[in-house]
Amino acid sequence: MGNFESLWHGFSVALTTYHVLLMITGVLLGILVGVLPGLGAPNGVTLLLPLTFGMNPVAAIILLTSMYWGALFGGSTTSILFNIPGEPSSVATTFDGYPMARQGKAAHALTLAFLSAAFGALVGVILITLLSTWAANFALRFGSPEYFAVYFLAFASFVGLGGAAPLKTLVSMGLGLAFAAVGMDTISGSLRLTFGLDTLVSGISFLVAVIGLFGIGELLISMEEGLRFDGIKARISPRAVFEAIRSMPRHWVALLRGSSIGCWMGITPGGPTAASFMSYGLARRFSKRGKNFGNGEPEGIISPETADHAAGTSAMLPMLALGVPGSATSAVMLGGLMIWGLNPGPTLFTDRPDFVWGLIASMYIANIVAVVLVLSTVPIFASILRVPFAIIGPMIVVVCFIGAYTVSASQPDLLLVVLFGIMGYAFKKLDYPIAPMVLAMVLGDKAEDAFRQSMIMSKGSLAIFWSNGLAATLTALGLLLLCWPAIAATWRRARNGKRPMGAVENRGSNGGERQEVA
Amino acid sequence: MSAAFRKVTGVVAALSLGLASSLAAADWKPSQPIEFIVTAGAGGGTDNFARTIQSIVTKYKLIDQPIVVLNKGGGSGAEGFQYGKGPAGDAHKVTFATNNEYLLPLIAKLSWKGDDFTPVAGMAVDEFILWVNGKSEYRTAKAYIDAAKAKPDTFKMGGSQSKDTDQTLTSEISAATGARFLYVPYKSGGEAAVQLAGGHIDSNTNNPSESIGQWKGGLVKPLCVFSAKRLAQGPKITETMAWSDIPTCAESGIPIEQYQQPRTVWLPKGAPADAVAYYVGVLEKVRATPEWKEYIERSAQTDRFLTGAELKNFIASDEQKARKVFQQEGWLIQ
Repeated sequence: MGNFESLWHGFSVALTTYHVLLMITGVLLGILVGVLPGLGAPNGVTLLLPLTFGMNPVAAIILLTSMYWGALFGGSTTSILFNIPGEPSSVATTFDGYPMARQGKAAHALTLAFLSAAFGALVGVILITLLSTWAANFALRFGSPEYFAVYFLAFASFVGLGGAAPLKTLVSMGLGLAFAAVGMDTISGSLRLTFGLDTLVSGISFLVAVIGLFGIGELLISMEEGLRFDGIKARISPRAVFEAIRSMPRHWVALLRGSSIGCWMGITPGGPTAASFMSYGLARRFSKRGKNFGNGEPEGIISPETADHAAGTSAMLPMLALGVPGSATSAVMLGGLMIWGLNPGPTLFTDRPDFVWGLIASMYIANIVAVVLVLSTVPIFASILRVPFAIIGPMIVVVCFIGAYTVSASQPDLLLVVLFGIMGYAFKKLDYPIAPMVLAMVLGDKAEDAFRQSMIMSKGSLAIFWSNGLAATLTALGLLLLCWPAIAATWRRARNGKRPMGAVENRGSNGGERQEVA
Repeated sequence: MSAAFRKVTGVVAALSLGLASSLAAADWKPSQPIEFIVTAGAGGGTDNFARTIQSIVTKYKLIDQPIVVLNKGGGSGAEGFQYGKGPAGDAHKVTFATNNEYLLPLIAKLSWKGDDFTPVAGMAVDEFILWVNGKSEYRTAKAYIDAAKAKPDTFKMGGSQSKDTDQTLTSEISAATGARFLYVPYKSGGEAAVQLAGGHIDSNTNNPSESIGQWKGGLVKPLCVFSAKRLAQGPKITETMAWSDIPTCAESGIPIEQYQQPRTVWLPKGAPADAVAYYVGVLEKVRATPEWKEYIERSAQTDRFLTGAELKNFIASDEQKARKVFQQEGWLIQ
């Protein structure tokens, strides 16, 4: 098979001392960037880009992609340790990772996250190797109606995840949609909800909101509960790492589900953030252990992490083959490709096989390098939690504000962090789920654009979402998932008339962990 | 002055005599790091423009101070201008833009106006091409426009953003030919290119660099270029065609003489004349490098260097033309 020969050739290009050193540098820089909230992979890659101008394209892309892998790994570290997602795509990892760390199993949680991430990445690369041509063309079939159907599916898989009160989920989601609408509207070209304030013209950055909601909000809660981290006294040894490694095969269903969702969302391209949310939502709904989600359930870490990395990796394919970036980071890399004098597009595979297959081979190697590096850091990171809160608390505040400032170097964002922090605190006190709001902020404006573009095309007819097999299938799946709680409840009642509806979902994603702390 | 710098100035001076004199005449010199403000997100045309200049300036050490590139693309670039405009007279903030500097304030109520900036230079003009899907039955612009005329409001024209250059051009095409399209706005030209490649829209008016990858792969094909004369000679892009083989729109029956987008560089209002002269000097040196020529050729832009009164005239007439379209469409803010 041609692809394997090409891959073999790719390994010969990628496996040089120089390239491996670049991978190690990239991964280490990436971990650093990923650990700092706000300074995410897109920013990191952008900062590094000027350094690559003088390099040859293969070395340059290896450095940038290695940094990306490192950032994806690093992002989950702070999610688990401090409930502060270092990357947007690791928000869903906080839901179970943080409770697990609070139970004193930080090393276990980190190892699970890194291993499942590596698994996801591996599946992503294998997919690229095997299906490069076919999968690339598949992305072309996505027009606005299909995109809307994908986003709808992501929303639908997440509805009901919030917890007890559907109304509270709705309020939270509505607020998120409103925040997403702030700024210049793509479809009409006019400003919305800016109240004449200059800073709002560019919209509210999702990252700033997340840093406030999770980082500052969580800190306020911790302070109220007595200025300490709980359950962190647990012994941290390399043994915890090995135990976690041994437990991995047990979760094969979650691993496979996560990576297929991830690959799907990476290629379509819905992006890693949407993928991790969707994977978490689906796992919670369909896993046998669904009712433990939110309380430090291993599958609650494995599902979003696998999907996140599978999506991040497979998003490289549409970027290379079509010039369609599947994520913010690959959009920056796309800019890099053009500066290095390459033209992403269907001919890249034939014009520059050295570059393409060198990159693909480097994805295998760099991810192995990354796993080894991050796993060796687990004990170090996990022991951070033993530092007294009086020291680590102020440091988290500083990191949050630095992170929020780095997003777009804008001072008003600092005020927004405080406001979102207070909002996050209020949400937790009042038992409103934060996740639906975050999801709405990530996907809200994309979904809105796709919907309105579809409406322009169809002159206002909803039938466009059923106009072809792909869109119709996605829409139908979305509707099915949306109604799933009702369907499941009816089914249960039909079988044994007594059980109350929604018994499985009686705990909020954040409500759960608070009870643990108290 | 370092040895490398001297060598480079030597090379550049050899390329175009007399350039060094324009630098010598300028008294102003940067005294702190310079910010390059990109009024667009990473990866787009304006971003490539600014980063190409940054990489050339860095390579040939044309500026003694470090350069920081900031992407501020929020609100169709409004965020960047907001940041780049002030404080007035600060010549360490260089803003990279297109014609959005003077057109955006016409359609949205913002806290800055076109005259909050001093124009430094127009470095190139980007062209607009009418593209259709690679498998489209239409081989000429005329055939496509005739088909659109026969079925008004059915053909989908994609473009980047709303009330921006692409929609303005679409509106000009309608006015000139009577063909009416459904205009579908996307976040970027890149997105519009992919949607066309996938056959979800019927045409778009992308810049050459936004669609070159898909054209090479046969996913899209150009019908005509909105330029007074054909594009510069160059290597073949596909097996049979080079950029210069694309007919102009005027010769293929769309009576629009020219529609272009300048790549512009700005300083805040009140920047000293010396500082403007300093940057013009630097940019002239940038233009003389092989890297710049390669950038122009690769992105199929037209090399056109505008400064001083010539630049002001270009801006005034460009704004005039756009204002007329905005007026007709009712986009002007009160």
